[in-house]
Amino acid sequence: MRVSELPKPSPERLLKQVQAEESKRWGAKLKIFLGYAPGVGKSYRMLDEARRRHERGEDVVVGAVQGQQSEDVQALLRKLELIPPLQTPEGQPIDLDAILRRAPQVCVIDPLAAQNPPGSRNAYRWQDVQELLRNGISVLSSVNLLHVEEYKDKVQTITGKNTTETIPKSFLLAADDIVIVDVPPDLCLWRQGEKLTSTGISNFQERQLSELRELALLLTAEVVDAQLESYVHAHGIEPVFGTHERFLVCVTPRSNAPAMIESGERNKERFQGELHAVYVCEPGRSKRERVTIRRYFDAAKKAGASTKVLESNDPISAIVEFAREKRITQIFIGHSDHNTWRDRFFGDPVLRLIRAAEGIDVRVFPH
Amino acid sequence: MPKPADTPRGSLKVYLGYAAGVGKTFQMLADGHAAAQRGVDVVVAYFEPHARPDTIGQAQGIETLAHRKIEYRGKTFEEMDTEAVLQRGPTIALVDELAHTNIPGSARSKRWEDVQILLDAGIEVWTTMNVQHIESLNDQIWQITGIQVRETVPDGVVRQAAEIVAVDVTPDALLNRLKRGAVYKPEMVEKALTGFFKGSNLGALRELALRQAAHEVDLRQSAYDETRAFQVPRISEARRTGPADNQPKERILIHITADPSTAMLIRRGRRVADYLHADCTALFVHQTSELSQLPAEERQGIEKHLRFARSLQIETQVLGGSDVPKTVVEFARRNQVTQIFVAHSEVLLLDRLRGKNFYENIVRLAQDLQVTVVADRSRRQVS
Repeated sequence: MRVSELPKPSPERLLKQVQAEESKRWGAKLKIFLGYAPGVGKSYRMLDEARRRHERGEDVVVGAVQGQQSEDVQALLRKLELIPPLQTPEGQPIDLDAILRRAPQVCVIDPLAAQNPPGSRNAYRWQDVQELLRNGISVLSSVNLLHVEEYKDKVQTITGKNTTETIPKSFLLAADDIVIVDVPPDLCLWRQGEKLTSTGISNFQERQLSELRELALLLTAEVVDAQLESYVHAHGIEPVFGTHERFLVCVTPRSNAPAMIESGERNKERFQGELHAVYVCEPGRSKRERVTIRRYFDAAKKAGASTKVLESNDPISAIVEFAREKRITQIFIGHSDHNTWRDRFFGDPVLRLIRAAEGIDVRVFPH
Repeated sequence: MPKPADTPRGSLKVYLGYAAGVGKTFQMLADGHAAAQRGVDVVVAYFEPHARPDTIGQAQGIETLAHRKIEYRGKTFEEMDTEAVLQRGPTIALVDELAHTNIPGSARSKRWEDVQILLDAGIEVWTTMNVQHIESLNDQIWQITGIQVRETVPDGVVRQAAEIVAVDVTPDALLNRLKRGAVYKPEMVEKALTGFFKGSNLGALRELALRQAAHEVDLRQSAYDETRAFQVPRISEARRTGPADNQPKERILIHITADPSTAMLIRRGRRVADYLHADCTALFVHQTSELSQLPAEERQGIEKHLRFARSLQIETQVLGGSDVPKTVVEFARRNQVTQIFVAHSEVLLLDRLRGKNFYENIVRLAQDLQVTVVADRSRRQVS
């Protein structure tokens, strides 16, 4: 079934969705503290939250801790109950059975990315975390950007550092909550024992860290955007515009699509945004036009765009409807170059699009 | 002691959040504390007297300067005592709420202007603000939240900052703080929950703040890279070729009118120009032979918009011409403009007949140029 054929959600269905969401809230939750490098203070932030929850009466235990601990972190750990990890020659996996038997409300797992020794029930620690969640235990955990599988190579390109212990990005996207722990690079280096310089980027190491920091901020924004979208769907409210630049290129056989796609790609990169391309297929279009469109779509895909053919007798409504659904902030369209009897009768289609696209910028391109 | 005139300007650090209660001030004070413990001369120059108990705790142990008391309409208000901070001359001054508007009768109308004085005197300033206070985001915030934020800080002030720190917390945690009464007084909580703190608002504002912080971090990398030969590998393909690649530099022209939608157009143009590293010019075309012949109301509107553009570091031009769209398009062609920005203003039928429907005529005339018709973001979308 095509998406457009799906029935509009009934109030009953919406209510069920909301209730499902709510019931999930009563159950276990995963909260992840993301940092761009060691020394940003993830463990401290996480354990400080664990302490606050413990003091508010929640039943909190610590299931795994980082090897090196600052004095601040040690002070927090002394206030919390620890379920020691297992000691094996190949590593220290969390004592899953002991935690499940103890059945706390909240368990701290620091860090999240770790491989379990051969023969363990789960190959990775993040799978242990899934097991805790399935058993109704909420988890607070921390991860460094380097340990997110999809970012591993980028981080290695920037810093030369490598790792084999990773978690999939999908695991982050599925978390109930994510928090970025952000500090300026100089403070981060200072915590690693370097001299404190000044504010701003003043040396090569800080410059490298700054690059990682940008990646981590954008990754968090992406997770927040995904949460926002599911919130909007679950509550059946109008979509939120303008959080994120999203460009829509309207391709027609006569438009200068290559120029629009190129500009779209540049804008997407600069704004760290999204790019979409659509073609509205009106009945009776020739085969030659379809070939041209296919070529343009190939170029659009190469530029990182999603592409879609909309079938409609009313191109303007089809474009505006698509733009609203995708929360587009800018529509790219070619100047109208021909004066058909229809344009003369109904008015210039570009001007009609501008009027219809209320709340969305329209950028008109030369041919 | 005031510093000698040749002192280098102090650097600025901004703690950026997405709502009241995310912990900006707390974070700033905690970092100030750590600096004081390292032996740095830190003072709290201004700090909200109605702060949260946790936050007040953080301020203890850092020297706190007395506020200036100002009488206004029979009430006493407290502002930062900029003179006292200059006299004290610390290495670092912590100044809460950069976007604050001073009470009438103060030496300067905005706190960010007081901060300029401190920076000029060579004092390093750490300060706090929320993403909705950034001038060029004003319309997007309005579109997202339905709330128009009145206290704003020009983008150029934020851009001066050597460092931006994102202060992040989940909306759930923030709502918990709010309901516990840790952010506002109880009588204000209900209002906040149905207004700014409404469900999807917080997520959207949080996303904006994170993206803004990433953008600010990116700008500072470019500034660093331009002064160094050796490059750190960059994450984005497009930017790896650098700003001086074979792409011709974009030039944006903003068409100014007396219509109130022009303010939004200027903000949007500024923002797009920043991201595209483009030049930006604003143009007003008057149909009368002299600017002074315009009706007073219209002239005031135009002057306000020209001043506003200049305050956002946009070059302004005023030309005479009986045919406004034609003059705009010809100016664009002469000056190698790549994009014309026009406002999508509501046009009355009468004005349309008089040829006053500028944006439509500019779109029709500028077949060889890119024309961006900027939407009116003040009206909320209902789908």
